[in-house]
Amino acid sequence: MAALSDQLLVVAIMAYLIAMVCHAAEYAFGSRGAVGRAATRELVTAGGGGASVTTEAEVVVAETPRRAALAGRAAVGALVVAALAHLGCVLSRGVADGRVPWGNMYEFVLAVTFVGSAAWLVVLARRPAVRHLGLFIALTEVLLLGLAGMVLYTPITPLQPALNSYWLAIHVTAAVVASGIFLVGFVSAAMYLIRLGYDEGRPGFPFTLGARVPAADALERLTFRLNAFAFPIWTFAVIAGAIWAESAWGRYWGWDPKETWAFISWVVYAGYLHARATASVKRSTAAWIVVVAWATMLMNLFGVNLFFSGLHSYAGVK
Amino acid sequence: MAAVDERTAPTEAPPPSAGRIHPLLALLRNSWRQLTSMRTALILLLLLALAAIPGSVLPQRPVNADEVTRYAAQHPRLAPLLDRLGAFDVFASPWFAAIYLLLFVSLVGCIVPRLRDHVRALRAAPPAAPRRLDRLPQHAALSDHDGDVSAIAAALRRRRWRVAVRGDAVSAEKGYLKETGNLLFHFALVGVLVGVALGSWYGWHANRLLVAGADTAFCNGLQQYDQYGLGYRVDGSDLPRFCLELTDFAAEYQPSGQAKSFRAIAALDADGSPARSVSFSVNHPLRLGGANVYLIAHGYAPVVRYTDRYGQRQETVAPFLTQDDMLTGEGVAAFPDANVDPKTGQRAPRQQVVFEGLYLPTAPDRGPFVRSTFPAERSPALNIVAYRGDLGLDAGIPGSVYRVDQHQVETGRLKQVGSKLLRVGQSWTLDDGTTVEFVGTRPWVALSVRHDPGESIVLGSVVMLLAGLMLSLTGKRRRVWFRVGPSPTSGRSTLVEAGGLPRTDYPAFAEEFAQLIRDVETSGKG
Ligand code: HEM
Repeated sequence: MAALSDQLLVVAIMAYLIAMVCHAAEYAFGSRGAVGRAATRELVTAGGGGASVTTEAEVVVAETPRRAALAGRAAVGALVVAALAHLGCVLSRGVADGRVPWGNMYEFVLAVTFVGSAAWLVVLARRPAVRHLGLFIALTEVLLLGLAGMVLYTPITPLQPALNSYWLAIHVTAAVVASGIFLVGFVSAAMYLIRLGYDEGRPGFPFTLGARVPAADALERLTFRLNAFAFPIWTFAVIAGAIWAESAWGRYWGWDPKETWAFISWVVYAGYLHARATASVKRSTAAWIVVVAWATMLMNLFGVNLFFSGLHSYAGVK
Repeated sequence: MAAVDERTAPTEAPPPSAGRIHPLLALLRNSWRQLTSMRTALILLLLLALAAIPGSVLPQRPVNADEVTRYAAQHPRLAPLLDRLGAFDVFASPWFAAIYLLLFVSLVGCIVPRLRDHVRALRAAPPAAPRRLDRLPQHAALSDHDGDVSAIAAALRRRRWRVAVRGDAVSAEKGYLKETGNLLFHFALVGVLVGVALGSWYGWHANRLLVAGADTAFCNGLQQYDQYGLGYRVDGSDLPRFCLELTDFAAEYQPSGQAKSFRAIAALDADGSPARSVSFSVNHPLRLGGANVYLIAHGYAPVVRYTDRYGQRQETVAPFLTQDDMLTGEGVAAFPDANVDPKTGQRAPRQQVVFEGLYLPTAPDRGPFVRSTFPAERSPALNIVAYRGDLGLDAGIPGSVYRVDQHQVETGRLKQVGSKLLRVGQSWTLDDGTTVEFVGTRPWVALSVRHDPGESIVLGSVVMLLAGLMLSLTGKRRRVWFRVGPSPTSGRSTLVEAGGLPRTDYPAFAEEFAQLIRDVETSGKG
């Protein structure tokens, strides 16, 4: 089972990679994409030249949307495959462990990224128009899973007694779910900012990406919904952690580095919800707060486990 | 996914009237408005997050005092400065307190008026219908309705709308729970702060190491603890009475040596009732009235017997501090009263004895014997160095009970007289003919005893906080109006017009409105 889990991880990463490539192709072929625009430009410049050149260029333009749509559909298919392999990877790991499969950092990242991709598929089913964000979802998944597999990988070990509690299932599951949704919320916020830059006519990367993503206000609303959905779950995760800490360590809150960063993330996300409800704060400022908030989540996920030692040092990474 | 939506901030208060108000008063009032604005709250929130960062980057005294000492030794210039800034105890520092106190003042200043407004809104009737319903985001004309105003009102009430009937018009509003939830959330934040404050004023905590055995039992009392901290409003006499004796310690390990489970078994003697056996473990503390006992760490205490030059036997149980997951222990077994002539009651100078070393519950087959290879006692061995001389205890300087005073060794007052690996039951004869025997071990546990009376307030508050948060984030406030008027066409005598206004961003309002119209229509088919 452990070997199966490891193989499924490879399958999942490959499938995310394929999804990424397909999405990238969709970008490239899309009529508003880079190639599309280059083709259009060629058409314009060639217009004064010979008739034969014009027709050639026109063919390119006419063909692109269909090819783009095909690539986009393939990308979604690859994402579904990836998510299934990912789920299989998490589940088989759980079977091999004989417990919930998030007892160390490697497993935690596996689970968070799975929730991220599941949350993304739910969003996609409800709003097919945002499909283009898939590129960045797939990219994030590949990066995080690659990191998990290469840096954090831990062989299967039984739980330490301190982790052997039903609170592990409750607290960590809530943290995993919230983090996964925050992940998608972050991608959406980043895309919103890029799209804003694109709308303002900013040149160069990454603003060129803005051409293919949904309209700014749709992205902004999606960002809010995702983060507002995840925030109570995160709140619950922190509360459950405090209840667990009370019975394991004798105090519900002790400013251990992990607790400190959970607090920081909570406060920054609360700040985002506030900012969004404050008329005098621009929506783009609020989106920047989401970016910062996600950075604090990453800090908690990777930074704290790797740089600081505390009671939460169960990461298993040496 | 829950439907979540947004709302714009409550309208800012109107600018102060330029009447004849004292300038100082005006300044105060303006500052208060500034402080209680959403913008200020946002800035203070972000500042709070920023201020917490040093608390995770720098070692913190309440979390790990040793690490602070180490840091100070490594950064002799920087550390005193940081210390003066409170950077080694960020969460108790004045500047951190300043931020959260300002934030909570802002919070109270914000929510009290909002509570008042909300109570007013709850008691007031939904506002009268605007003149032109067809200008509203949602609008419908009910062609098939008999125009009975009370039937419309009843249909709305059935769907839990708050309804007001004014003449031929019906106003209805729904979604007050959103604001209720939001206020509940913010008031619960105040509750959390109150609970935390009560805990730090009326709570206390203490730690001690407890070795198994009736002779090493302890009773709750400050002098019984290795270390303790009392809240501002607590003194030693407030501690509840109970006595605890560790009777056994049960541990299970994986073949790799990783712990599977451990459990302390103890005899508890509390409030006069007969002693009873209790057990506690990680995640399952011993909960007594007024104090909880937590199992923090565990290890072994070698029992060492020393027979001095007068043939006097002395025995000591010396807890060795656990060094690693395999429970390698490090400590000393000291005999300050050794070699006292029983006839004269005098001791020859520098004849105290101490053994320092390592205890390995499972010693490796071959040396060096410095690390245990398994946490259970499969082949226990005590690897000790013997010292004789002046332990330096008489000087009255409190030294570590887990280490030989190196100062005494350096100054030659304490001399090393050999080293030996002892198995259980083995004894070793020193150069002066005295003997030391490794009798066996007893388990010890490190206990944290705590009481936090604010805990239940904090717990209750966070439950309300979460409930309020969900109500607030999922709630949607919206209004609808119906008006019965003369029909412009000749067919029927009345026309019912309806309009709807979502007061928060609520994309699904159109569907709800359409459904509502259908319901009202069927109720009014007469
Ligand atoms: C301890 C500091 C605070 C925290 C952690 C906090 C947190 C939050 C959160 C998470 C929300 C969004 C969820 C909800 O709508 O219930 C919110 C909303 C809100 N907060 Fe706070 N808040 C704090 C202080 C304040 C202060 C000082 C004010 C007033 C200046 C305030 C006014 C509001 C208002 C008006 C909303 C509603 C926004 C809306 O209409 O959606 N909060 N707060």
